[in-house]
Amino acid sequence: MSRLGTRGLVLNEKLLFELSDSGRKGYSLPASDVPPAQLDAELVRDAVEGFPELSEVDVVRHFTRLSTWNYGVDSGFYPLGSCTMKYNPKVNEVACRRPGMANLHPYTPDHLAQGALALMYELQEGLKEISGFPALTLQPAAGAHGELTGMLMVRAWHESRGGGRTRVLIPDTAHGTNPATAALCGFEVIPLASGPDGVLNVEDVRAKMDDSVAGLMVTNPNTLGLFESQIREICDVVHEKGGLVYCDGANLNALMGIARPGDLGMDVMHFNMHKTFSTPHGGGGPGAGAVGVCQALEPFLPAPLVVKTEEGFRLDDDRPQSIGRLRAFNGNFGVMVRAWAYLRSLGGEGLKRSSELAVLNANYIRARLEKVFHLPYSQRSLHEVVFTDKNLGGDCHTLDLAKRLIDYGYHPPTIYFPLVVHGAIMIEPTETESKQVLDEFCDAMLAIAREAEENPELLHEAPRCTKIGRLDETRAARQPRLCWQA
Amino acid sequence: MRYLPHTDDDIRQMLEAIGVSSVDELFSAIPAADRLQRPLDLPPALSEPDLLRELDRLAELNTSSTRALSFLGGGAYNHFIPAAVDHLISRSEFYTAYTPYQPEISQGTLQAIFEYQTLICQLTGMDVANASMYDGASATAEAALMAVRATRRSKLLLSAGLHPEYRQTVSSYCRYLGLELVEVTLAADGRTDLAALSPVLDTTVAAVIVGYPNFYGVIEPLADLADKAHACGAMLVSATAEPVSLGLLKSPGELGVDIAVGEGQSFGLPVAYGGPGVGFFAARKKAVRSMPGRLIGETLDKNGERGFVLTLATREQHIRREKATSNICSNQGLCALMVAIYLALLGKQGIRELAEQNLAKAEYAKRQIASLPGFSLPHQAPTFNEFVVATPRPAAELLRTLEADNILGGIDLARFDAADANRLLVCVTEQNSRDDIDRLVAALKGGAA
Repeated sequence: MSRLGTRGLVLNEKLLFELSDSGRKGYSLPASDVPPAQLDAELVRDAVEGFPELSEVDVVRHFTRLSTWNYGVDSGFYPLGSCTMKYNPKVNEVACRRPGMANLHPYTPDHLAQGALALMYELQEGLKEISGFPALTLQPAAGAHGELTGMLMVRAWHESRGGGRTRVLIPDTAHGTNPATAALCGFEVIPLASGPDGVLNVEDVRAKMDDSVAGLMVTNPNTLGLFESQIREICDVVHEKGGLVYCDGANLNALMGIARPGDLGMDVMHFNMHKTFSTPHGGGGPGAGAVGVCQALEPFLPAPLVVKTEEGFRLDDDRPQSIGRLRAFNGNFGVMVRAWAYLRSLGGEGLKRSSELAVLNANYIRARLEKVFHLPYSQRSLHEVVFTDKNLGGDCHTLDLAKRLIDYGYHPPTIYFPLVVHGAIMIEPTETESKQVLDEFCDAMLAIAREAEENPELLHEAPRCTKIGRLDETRAARQPRLCWQA
Repeated sequence: MRYLPHTDDDIRQMLEAIGVSSVDELFSAIPAADRLQRPLDLPPALSEPDLLRELDRLAELNTSSTRALSFLGGGAYNHFIPAAVDHLISRSEFYTAYTPYQPEISQGTLQAIFEYQTLICQLTGMDVANASMYDGASATAEAALMAVRATRRSKLLLSAGLHPEYRQTVSSYCRYLGLELVEVTLAADGRTDLAALSPVLDTTVAAVIVGYPNFYGVIEPLADLADKAHACGAMLVSATAEPVSLGLLKSPGELGVDIAVGEGQSFGLPVAYGGPGVGFFAARKKAVRSMPGRLIGETLDKNGERGFVLTLATREQHIRREKATSNICSNQGLCALMVAIYLALLGKQGIRELAEQNLAKAEYAKRQIASLPGFSLPHQAPTFNEFVVATPRPAAELLRTLEADNILGGIDLARFDAADANRLLVCVTEQNSRDDIDRLVAALKGGAA
């Protein structure tokens, strides 16, 4: 039986504001048991103009309907390269909603928040062990926020030694946020080409490294899914010339229990906790971006840090060399609870097994597709594999393939990234998918390659089975409508 | 392992298809010297029931608002969350979806975030809002940077009434960008001192940044501040940590603010020991191309049907990389959805009634506490749902005695400034009944000695 999409009843839904009917309310307040109070009239607004008026059932049906238009990991296979969309254990959701955790105020005195602090401390120690870094902060709110935290520390370290280093080397395989982050820390970005084999070459780094360069930002495994095999030598070169090495840890899912970035000579790395440690992505977040550092950078970590003392756990704010704080309160604690639950569910052995199977799955897809799809690099892949649209017939391109995959019931892989690969199709299956799922996905990819040869219109007109067809993105950008108006 | 579906037979077949004899061989690109030669030193795996038992043991060590009477605010607020909010965000099509890069299968998230953007515009009185930031503090820092970009100026004036952790965050973000940060003191009434502002407000100032209400709960005179800032060509940024106030107070847009940011936690998110929250960010239409973060826009599909997409992405890191307006990549999609659901449930009437009840309860508490011997209210300007109390003995000691009665009586302001050892920040919301407030007042009275 074909996996192609079939008919279903997909209903339209107006915007909240279009559903509104004057006088409705979906919320109940306790009766006020104090005298009413008034502010000076000049401080008070009229009603919030435009706010909808809906009953609870209106709101529930509205958002339930919207949810049916979405594709999530629980709906099906989501092989988004570099995004690590693994299945998220349900117990994580139960864990973070425990009232003792969810209803704890961030300014609760430390002695009344020992459970939360213990959990943060355990998570911190676990991440240190996995990454090989001796010190760590849990404060950053997302991966890119962790990058900012890490690069601010790199800058602070240089400033503490006299400064003057204003440039950062960034390979062309880097995530788009890396150059933006470096710029936010006042650095100039020096692009670095990866070699023909898809990895950085130690001699190229040596040639660019001088005393104006603060360091190198590298992703390992890189965005091609390849291990930076010369990373130790590269770290040595950067260190010899007085720089530091930043590791974008977005792809840590390939390395747990296998290799530790801290052991390889990296100085600072962020974790995409929501990816590797299984917090659902939520259509954009929340995530969390813990940052591990070498001993030399420890004094610069954002305040406060969770520390263990004889009297118990404590938030330590007394950090004179700290770069400060990057957000209010204690970080995305709800994400930390989920990550803690995941770590404790798997243990060291389970984490290593996860990485092994993530890599097995990527290599299995590679083996099944490489005869038909063009593979730009021949090295052994780790947790993700990048193909291109070079062999795709019928004047079909990566975007057409991606849209046609939707008709087959799959979320498309990451496309047109990394930028260094023309027409890239980046597949990351993760460890939570079975051989059966991978086989069905590969069958769909191969069927689409045949369709491209025999009936390319199927690709050009895809997706056909979705609620709406391809959207006019140019119109959205040229005539921005970012807000509903009556 | 319960999250891994592979059978031994599957693994054998897959290895055969790949052409290797072991899983270990797949890691051959990692030099042997780079491999970890020992097992990870982590506690052993726990079964699901054991995991929850361990979690509950830790949760027992926390004094949450479930177990104590809480008057803590200071940027994280204890509001009631209707059951429908958690129920709806627990639909896995919402919470297990990615950033909506493929709009045809992400219309649910896209429309919901478009609705969120609209609700934030209506609440703040601004023209455009982004699809959310990490939190109120980082949103304030991004607003500071946007003002610098928009005005091409390099000085930022930060009110001493801006949340201390927001001020620290702005300072960290600006650390290496060659910007000058100047603090503007508060007047005795608790509002930003207009007289202290004048000498430092000149044509090098990109923005004046104030809390609304400010950290001490005081309602700032935004219109006066806007006039002063605009007269110098500077922008006015308001940062609202307690957005329930906007159900009652004049909107920042109405009062001349150029960028209105804040924290949306009050709208349906648990306090969760400080995160995740959700930063909101709204501005005037003309500034849209210098805004940070994600934006959702309305458009048409090839058949002329209305649909939504991520738009104006050239401001992000996809194309001009190091020229991006911000390095923010993900936003707080699920949290923004919670805000949208919560505000849809409240609606026009609910937000007003909620704000009025918060004000009334706080005013009641204020009067009762002020009438206690030895206690007073140092700020005379109007407040919303929290306020500073001057205490007859160090607030830290007083709070300790309240803990014995299972009351979290407020925030000891010495936490932020040692000179404020005898000051307490008390917050009262709709979650606190008159009886609760009376209990607090009696405990304060008892602890005053």
